[in-house]
Amino acid sequence: MDYFAQQLINGIVLGSIYGLIAIGYTMVYGIVGMINFAHGDIFMIGGFIALITFLILVSIGLTVVPVILLIVLLVSMAITALYGWTVERIAYRPLRHSFRLAPMLSAIGMSFVLTNYSQIAQGARVKPVPPIITGGYTLLEKNGFVVRLSNVQIVVVITTIVLLAIFTWLVARTRLGRDMRACEQDQTMAALLGVDVDRTISMTFVIGAALAAVAGMMYLLYYGLVDFFMGFVAGIKAFTAAVLGGIGSLPGAMLGGLAIGLIETMWSAYFSVEYKDVAAFSILIVVLIFMPTGLLGRPEVEKV
Amino acid sequence: MTGERVTAPAPESKLAPRAVAAFIFKKALISALVALVLFSLMIGIRTEAGPTGQLTYWTRFPDLAGMVAAVFFGSIAVELLRLWWGPVGTVMVVPPKVASGLAVARRAIAPLLLIFTFLVPVIFYQQRYILDLGILVLTYVMLGWGLNVVVGLAGLLDLGYVAFYAVGAYSYALLATNFDLSFWVCLPLAGILAALWGVMLGFPVLRLRGDYLAIVTLAFGEIIRLVIINWQSLTGGPNGVSGIPRPSLFGIPLTPGDDGLAAKLGIEFSPTHRIVFLFYLILALALLTNWVTIRLRRLPIGRAWEALREDEVACRALGINITTTKLTAFATGAMFGGFAGAFFATRQGFISPESFTFQESALVLAIVVLGGMGSQLGVALAALAMIGGFELFRGLDQYRMLVFGLAMVMLMIWRPRGLIGHRAPTVYLERNQAISSDLVKEGHG
Repeated sequence: MDYFAQQLINGIVLGSIYGLIAIGYTMVYGIVGMINFAHGDIFMIGGFIALITFLILVSIGLTVVPVILLIVLLVSMAITALYGWTVERIAYRPLRHSFRLAPMLSAIGMSFVLTNYSQIAQGARVKPVPPIITGGYTLLEKNGFVVRLSNVQIVVVITTIVLLAIFTWLVARTRLGRDMRACEQDQTMAALLGVDVDRTISMTFVIGAALAAVAGMMYLLYYGLVDFFMGFVAGIKAFTAAVLGGIGSLPGAMLGGLAIGLIETMWSAYFSVEYKDVAAFSILIVVLIFMPTGLLGRPEVEKV
Repeated sequence: MTGERVTAPAPESKLAPRAVAAFIFKKALISALVALVLFSLMIGIRTEAGPTGQLTYWTRFPDLAGMVAAVFFGSIAVELLRLWWGPVGTVMVVPPKVASGLAVARRAIAPLLLIFTFLVPVIFYQQRYILDLGILVLTYVMLGWGLNVVVGLAGLLDLGYVAFYAVGAYSYALLATNFDLSFWVCLPLAGILAALWGVMLGFPVLRLRGDYLAIVTLAFGEIIRLVIINWQSLTGGPNGVSGIPRPSLFGIPLTPGDDGLAAKLGIEFSPTHRIVFLFYLILALALLTNWVTIRLRRLPIGRAWEALREDEVACRALGINITTTKLTAFATGAMFGGFAGAFFATRQGFISPESFTFQESALVLAIVVLGGMGSQLGVALAALAMIGGFELFRGLDQYRMLVFGLAMVMLMIWRPRGLIGHRAPTVYLERNQAISSDLVKEGHG
C-alpha cells in the first residue's frame, strides 16, 4: 500500500509534465489538423533554456530560490514561445494548403533540425544540475518504508494546476480563445467573420510552446538533467496522452497525461523498467484501435 | 530544365525602389532580431559538465554575432532573389521541339542508368570506396522501392518501415548463427517473417488514416527496436549479433580456400570479388522489387492500391475489399524490407539495434517523397541524390542530420509533390472530373 502510494505520487508528477506537453499537441491538431512532430523538441529546447538561465542566475550570485524559479520560468517560456512561433512561420505556414502529408514531413524535418541544433550548440553529453528545490514531507512511515512528498513534486503539481487554470480561462473567456475555437470549427468562415486566422494559428503555436517550456523546466527540476535527445520519446508519449484524452480536448490532454504518467510509473514499479516505453507505445496503438476518439474527444464524422 | 520562362507582363511595381529597399531592410532587421533572441542562450552560452560533474559555462558571443549577421544578410539575399525571380505562379512553356526531345531523354534515362549500374563494378573495380557506396545506394533504392508500395502506391504513410528492415536483418542473423542455415535459405524466410510482421501491424491499423496511421507505425517501429534492445537472451541486446556468415554463390563460398570460387574458376583470389558479388546481389534484389512492383501495378490488386491512395471512401463504395488491399500493401512492402534487411546483415556481418532507429525510417520516407511518391525512377534517383549527398557531408558528421532536416523542410515548401515527378494512376478516365482528388482534403468537397 505504501509502495503504491509512493508510486501514485510519482506517477501524478510525471503525468503533469506529459499533460503540459500534450496540450500543445492537442491544440495544434485541433486547429491545423496536423501532428506537430517538432513539439517534443520544443519541450527539449525549453529544458535547455531553463538550464542555461538557471546557470547564469546562480553565477551572478542570486540565491533566493523562488525569485530564481520565477525568472527561469518567464525567460524559458518567452524564448521557447519564440521558437514555436518561428517553427510555425518557417515550416508550416507555407504549407497550409498543401497536400495532407506535406506538413507532417516538414514537421519531421524540423524535429531533426531542432535536435541536431541543440546537439551542435550544447554538446551531446547529458547536462546535470544539482537539486534546486530540496526538502519535502514524510507522509507515512510504516515498517521502515517511507512515503515522501518532496517539495519539487509539490512545485511541479501546483505550477501545472495554476497554468492550466490560466490557460482554461484564456481559451474560454478571452477574445483570443474565442478566435481559436472559431478557427477550430471552420477557418474559412472564421476568416469571413473577421478573425485573423494566421495570427490565431501563430498564437496557438506560441502558447503550446510556452507550456512545453514549462514542462521542460519541470523536467529539469524533477530529474535534474537535460539532454538533446529527450524530446523524441517524451514527445511521442505526450502525443499518446493527447490521443488517449481525445485529441482536440484540453481537459482530455491533461487527463491523458496523468493516465500515461501513472501507467508508466506503475509498469516500472510492478513489471519491468526496461519495457516501460513499450507499454506506453502499446497503449497508443490499443487506444487508437478501440477508442479512436479517446476519453473525452468527439467522434469524427466522415463526410464524403 | 530547359525552356524559356514566360511570365505574365509584370505588374508595374507601385513601390519606389527606395520603399522596396526600406521594406527589405526592415524585414531583415526583424529576422535578425528574432534570431538574436532565439540564439542568445543556445548559441551565446555553452554549457558543459566539468570533471566533477559540476556544470560550467562559457560565452561564445562572436559565434552569436556571426549567426545573427548570417540571418540578416541571408534574409536580404532571399528577398532580393524573390524580387529577381518575379511573381510566383508563372507557367513554364516549353516549345514542342524541346518537349519531344525531353520525352526521348526521359525514356532513355532509365535504361541508360541501368546499363551504367551494371557496369559500375567493371569500371570502378579498383575503387573499393565507390563499390561500397554503390552497394549502400542500391540498398536504399531497394528500401525506397519497398516503401513505395506502401506509401507511393497504396497511400498509407508508414513511419516505422525500419521495423521490417530490422526483422529481416535479425531473422537472417539469428537463423544463420543459431541453425547454420545458408543465406539463400534464410532470404525467403526473412522476407516471409517480415511480411508476417507487416500483416501483424496492418491488422490493428486498418481503420486508421493519415496522421494517426503515421504515428502508430512510428510507435510500432520503436516497439520493435526497444524489444530488440531489451530481449538480451535472444538478440544480444545493445551488443547486437556478430559473426553473421557471408553469403555464398549457391553454395560456393567466396573465400581464398581450395573450395572457394576463385580456386574453382582458376583465378587469383581477391577480396574485391566478394564486394562485386554483393553489388550484383543487391542489384538483383532491387530489380526484383522493381519488377514485382511494376507487374503488381497491372494486376487488380495494384489497381486497388492506387484507387485506395486516390480515395478510400470511393474505393469502399465500389466494392473494393479495403482489408485485403491494405494488408497486402503492408505485407508486400514489409517483405521487400525484410529482404533488404537480410542483405544488410550479410553484408555487415554485424548488426545492432543502433542501425534501426527512427532516422532510418525518415530517410527512406524522404527518399520516397523526394522521388515523387509512386514513381520508380524518381525513387532510384532520389536515393542516389540523398545517399550521395550524405557522403558529401561525411566530413561534417555533426551537421549531416541538421542539413537533412533543413532539406526536408525546404523540399516540402518548394516541391511538395516530389522533385522528380509524381506518378499518376496507371489507369484513369480520359476525361477528368472537374475536381481532382488531389485538390480536396479528405472528408471535404
